[in-house]
Amino acid sequence: MLTILFDGVAYGMLMFVLAVGLSVTLGLMNFVNLAHGAFAMAGGYVTVVLMNRYGVPFLACLPLAFIAAALLGLVLERTLYRRLYERPHLDHVLFSIGIVFMAVAAVDWVMGSSQQNLRLPPWLSGRFDVFGVGVGRYRAFLIAVCGLLVITLELAVARTRFGSRLRAAVDDRRVARGLGIPVDTIFAATFAVGSGLAGLGGAMGAELLGLDPTFPLKFMIYFLIVVAVGGTSGLVGPFVAALLLGVADVAGKYYAPAFGAFAIYTVMIAILLLRPQGLFARPR
Amino acid sequence: MADAVDAATTGSAAARVGATLAAAHRPRRAEIVFWLLVFVAPLALPRHALLGNEIAILALFALSLDLILGYAGIVSLGHAAFFGVGAYTAGLFAKHVTGDPLAGLAVAAGAATLVGFATSFLVLRGTDLTRLMVTLGVALMLGEIANRAAGITGGADGLQGVAIAPLFGRFAFDLTGHTAFAYSLSVLFVLFLAARRLVHSPFGISLRAIRDNPLRAAAIGIPVNRRLVAVYTIAATYAGAAGALLAQTTQFVSLDALAFERSADVLLLVVIGGTGYLYGGFIGALVFKLAQEGFAGLTPQYWHFWVGLVLVVLVLIGRDRLHGAAARLLARAARATTRSPATGGAETR
Repeated sequence: MLTILFDGVAYGMLMFVLAVGLSVTLGLMNFVNLAHGAFAMAGGYVTVVLMNRYGVPFLACLPLAFIAAALLGLVLERTLYRRLYERPHLDHVLFSIGIVFMAVAAVDWVMGSSQQNLRLPPWLSGRFDVFGVGVGRYRAFLIAVCGLLVITLELAVARTRFGSRLRAAVDDRRVARGLGIPVDTIFAATFAVGSGLAGLGGAMGAELLGLDPTFPLKFMIYFLIVVAVGGTSGLVGPFVAALLLGVADVAGKYYAPAFGAFAIYTVMIAILLLRPQGLFARPR
Repeated sequence: MADAVDAATTGSAAARVGATLAAAHRPRRAEIVFWLLVFVAPLALPRHALLGNEIAILALFALSLDLILGYAGIVSLGHAAFFGVGAYTAGLFAKHVTGDPLAGLAVAAGAATLVGFATSFLVLRGTDLTRLMVTLGVALMLGEIANRAAGITGGADGLQGVAIAPLFGRFAFDLTGHTAFAYSLSVLFVLFLAARRLVHSPFGISLRAIRDNPLRAAAIGIPVNRRLVAVYTIAATYAGAAGALLAQTTQFVSLDALAFERSADVLLLVVIGGTGYLYGGFIGALVFKLAQEGFAGLTPQYWHFWVGLVLVVLVLIGRDRLHGAAARLLARAARATTRSPATGGAETR
């Protein structure tokens, strides 16, 4: 029971790291980026290749995965995404689905369609007991790293100058621009960091979620759930939503495996019907 | 006296509106030529009947999406849900009740209508994003059900043992696909005529008003929600019919019918052909299937890379600009061949 809760929290925190970038970019530019998972996949594959081919240690791979995905995000944002902000949502959807399809096929071509194995270092595998509760080492590691990230992000958004500009831009882009806040630059930086976080999440989640070329399609709905349920006006909403999703998903798969992901979809649709703005957002 | 004047002006206004409406849904010359060509196709290209059948089914599916996307402005990422419901219903009906194709088609379309009506209330609220997610969620949920209920649907192996009786007791669905092609084309034509009638009716015009500005549409007294429910349900019927055609003519249903890729593909091909004038899906379906045939020989599993590339390029160039250029070309061609004002081009809006 507690083990399930623990696994669920680890899973949820991972989901938060994966999806937080999407929530910020959606709130900031109102851009529906279905290709967010492609950046996560990029991070995951960078890690797998570095570890399995070049023997880079796991811990060193994580920042590299972050940097690779962030760079990819930055380049794509500057060259392609930024042209589309003012377009209707249909264009966003078509464009990002196109990116997803291309990413899936390209990775399939380069790496093959089989699931990638990530050999975790020995100190991260196995379990230990805390007061009789079995705790996976890797999951404890995930919770620690993701928890640190959450605190760092929250401080960065709440305390720094960049954070206050970011919040201003999310609240009202036009007024923020009128006040001389460089919204475009902020958005590029946010997009890069968000993609980087997705890459980091993909790297850390490769072992837990499984990594194959269909990763962006498989988890697209999960990212969207986090964003839609959590709302786009802060970090707390997506965080709670991700934790709920993680615990519910792990518990659902454990207690009622026959229903599979069914429960998650039902809950999502119900929440969207009752609170279209998300659980925690104030309706505008 | 004042009443009489009022009556006269409203009368003439009504007459003018009526005349405009009638002019809009009078068949144009280009359309007649188009359908003549379509019905000559099975005779002219007998060896490509199977491909033609697929194109006709895809065109019907695209027509269904165009009804809600082009006319009501609902962006759906889960339109395959209704396609799949239609396909599975038709398959199961043929397997367990009777193999009569027309009865199966009606039952399948009916089932999709019910599911469409039930889920239409989910797309009324919220923004584009909520709609996207809800439609996607419904499709995923149905996919999950079809996957889990393997005892009924065959799960990942697909539904096998679907046997379809000959059409009207005479024309068997054989391997050449001639019956299938003619059957699908006829269904497509009948449903197209109904859709054409629908979008040129006051109902269709009110839908366009809702698409362009829901708030204003509500202000002039259009019952926005009821209209959206109606068109969403109708679109579901069409998608269900398309799914039923696929199940009947291939005599097989797989989880593909509900897959996300199917929803994305149909969105793509409606956008390629242009939204909001009914023929967009036909053009899109033709281009899409021919391209798929062409590319499949080279790179079967990387087909979706090219789909993605087309999507990205299409959006970057700008859908409007592309269709504007196509419309101008058509108009110029029409002016060059006949002296009459452009017919094909004027419709490409």
